[in-house]
Amino acid sequence: MDLAVAHETISRWQFGITTVYHFLFVPLTISLASIVAGLQTAWVRTGKEKYFHATKFWGKLFLINIAMGVVTGIVQEFQFGMNWSDYSRFVGDVFGAPLAMEALIAFFFESTFIGLWIFGWDRLPKKVHLACIWLVAIGTALSAYFILAANSWMQHPVGYRIDPATGKAQLTDIVRVLTQNTTVVQVFHTLTAAFLTGAAFVVGIASYHLWRAKRGKETDRKRTAAMRTSLRVGLAIAVVAGLGVAISGDTLGKVMFEQQPMKMAAAEALWDTQAPAPFSVFAIGDVSKGHNSVELEIPGILSFLAHSDFSSAVPGINDTAAAEAAKYGGQPNDYIPNIFVTYWGFRLMIGFGMTSFAAALIGLWTTRRKFWLAPEHRTGEDEPPKLMLTRNREMNVFFTRWSWRIGILTMGFPLVANSFGWIFTEMGRQPWVVFGLMRTRDAVSPNVTVGTQLVGLTTLTVLYAVLAVIEVRLLAKYAAAGPDTGEQPPAKDPTLRGPSDDEDADRPLAFAY
Amino acid sequence: MHLHDLWFILIAVLWTGYFFLEGFDFGVGILTRTLARNTAERRVLINTIGPVWDGNEVWLLTAGGATFAAFPDWYATLFSGFFVPLLLILVCLIVRGVSFEYRHQRSGERWQRNWELAIFWTSLLPAFLWGVAFGNIVHGVDIDADKNYVGTLGDLLNPYALLGGLTTLVLFTFHGAVFTSLKTSGEIRLRARAQATGLGLATAVLALVFLVWTQAHSGNGWSLAALVVAVLALLGALGANRLAREGWAFALSGLTIVAAVAMLFLSLFPDVMPSTLNPDWSLTVDNASSSGYTLKVMTVVAVVFTPLVLLYQGWTYWVFRRRIGVQHIPAAAHH
Repeated sequence: MDLAVAHETISRWQFGITTVYHFLFVPLTISLASIVAGLQTAWVRTGKEKYFHATKFWGKLFLINIAMGVVTGIVQEFQFGMNWSDYSRFVGDVFGAPLAMEALIAFFFESTFIGLWIFGWDRLPKKVHLACIWLVAIGTALSAYFILAANSWMQHPVGYRIDPATGKAQLTDIVRVLTQNTTVVQVFHTLTAAFLTGAAFVVGIASYHLWRAKRGKETDRKRTAAMRTSLRVGLAIAVVAGLGVAISGDTLGKVMFEQQPMKMAAAEALWDTQAPAPFSVFAIGDVSKGHNSVELEIPGILSFLAHSDFSSAVPGINDTAAAEAAKYGGQPNDYIPNIFVTYWGFRLMIGFGMTSFAAALIGLWTTRRKFWLAPEHRTGEDEPPKLMLTRNREMNVFFTRWSWRIGILTMGFPLVANSFGWIFTEMGRQPWVVFGLMRTRDAVSPNVTVGTQLVGLTTLTVLYAVLAVIEVRLLAKYAAAGPDTGEQPPAKDPTLRGPSDDEDADRPLAFAY
Repeated sequence: MHLHDLWFILIAVLWTGYFFLEGFDFGVGILTRTLARNTAERRVLINTIGPVWDGNEVWLLTAGGATFAAFPDWYATLFSGFFVPLLLILVCLIVRGVSFEYRHQRSGERWQRNWELAIFWTSLLPAFLWGVAFGNIVHGVDIDADKNYVGTLGDLLNPYALLGGLTTLVLFTFHGAVFTSLKTSGEIRLRARAQATGLGLATAVLALVFLVWTQAHSGNGWSLAALVVAVLALLGALGANRLAREGWAFALSGLTIVAAVAMLFLSLFPDVMPSTLNPDWSLTVDNASSSGYTLKVMTVVAVVFTPLVLLYQGWTYWVFRRRIGVQHIPAAAHH
């Protein structure tokens, strides 16, 4: 590999690895914060023990997860400067603003109130303590919003001009950057995907416990009660979020057909412009060679995805590449992204995401408590639900077993979908780092040697791999242990002034590291 | 005043906030090995910063983000130029954050000991490396006409910068010891006070040499004033610590950090990263800054949100104002 190529490639691998890794924790953090906040709200309002246990249980898993999200986020804030200094110089005037806002507005919010929430159980009045976790949840969503505004500007630059003196991008309209359609739709798509992710996580772990209870391997009925509530909450959120992901994904597709036709042609491996254009379900053969040997297509669907009708023309890769070459110079080939990755990335994103949605939909129906259910099939709230197909018909043993297993096995599906979604959208934008303005190869730090880059890539990859093992083992340990049903909420509600010093000066902390 | 001058001040404020706050939590991390004698005491120390270290660290992220937004060239030159030390700092901050959260998740002795070791080293190394980085920034490094750092890693490890590293390391540890005496009760509080005296004296020697060297190399009238304040504040902190006036000692060790960081930034101005190859190639508040419009937008955001951040962060410290002693540490409550 020649050195200039290596320079770009290593930095891209580092960015890809660190970002995909970071984004395993982000969607879980965003959604679990809200789910925990919701459960805690239910506890504060009703005083029911099962909500308290569920809050503590998911809160624990949430904290193990957010720790990783926070620390891997630090790298994100700095690696633009480290590996992509020419990019930083070119876009800083525009791109830096949302990043700084994210830190000042969202990060402070999250990190301060998470500390208050973790240590505040016996220090803060119930409702103030509850407000803290809601503020954390708001902070995580705000953070996503700002960083997606920055990313949307890379996908579709608006609200800027190129300064004739320096040749760099200059911000002219911050409101456009923060409110352009790419930003709005990406935020909607990412947040709904985040909720699908957290919901599937909750459903998976709750299914594990309820399936154990069903088989008589779990006798703690309080635990079952907490898990049953969690399951229903998770399933409901997954269905709503899954629907949101589909709708926002469709909208985002339409926006992208307009703003980056190449990305969408690549997503379909649609080499030649077609009217009406079919949607490719799968293809065998080398999609990157200009044609596919075996392909399953649904006629007209791609036209619909792009333009909401079944007949319009969708521009193919060849025409789009020729158009870009005419506009920006060079050869058409320079403008074709990695078709194999974009084609399959797009499919895996949709496949994993929608499978999870479909599983949740079935689960939401079969685990219902009362609706269209004969009284003898209704189960108490501290029992695992029967999986009911109709009013009187329960699933047979085989399907019951597999339904619970699918609930557990699909736990990570949205995580896979998220990763492929990002890989698709970022790879599909290539060769551009900022679409139409700057090529990725021009964005790298010119003064950082290949050796130094390799040190960075290797160090972070090894560190992240080690931490992944530790994280997953901890999560598995606490997920399998289930809620600690012996745990009781603080006996009395603390006042804002805190406990009086003489009264319980030596009482141990409710929570300590 | 031009907006880019204001943003120079704001960046300085963010770094000052970072060193003031994370300064003592780095210090506390270091003291877990040099002051604490057993697990219970180590946990006392860790829990004095437990609810706040994460919020403290965000000052760094905000300093980074604000530099990106207000001075893109400064951000680009600094982070690409100081790649390896910065990578090391990032690794430390990653491991450190995880250590606090994961140490107590298992009861195994080896598990806990390893994370405790990690807390020590990942507090010590950044406390040192930030001093090295700022020593180099103030002193100037090899920056070419394209604003790129062209020196080597070895160039960054010059005596002046290394002295800067030692100074921040010992200063932060001192600040941490003073903080510990303010936030703990019982025997550990007394020992923290005693250790603070030694650390304060060591800081006084190192800081005096480093700051006078800075003054001689790149100082001006304003930086001299800040130097005097830093030295007086440090002596005051030492005195207050001797008199067991812990609140005052902490305020003054904090003021030492504020004045020392102010001195570094005052020595820099109007450069943000001087070039040792050619003064014309130096990055300045003028040639490294964003456009007027961006600075205006960011000024509005900063004016609205910074006071809010100070308010709710300050409230956190008030909520967790109680001293912690070994009697407050619950027995391993986790399964």
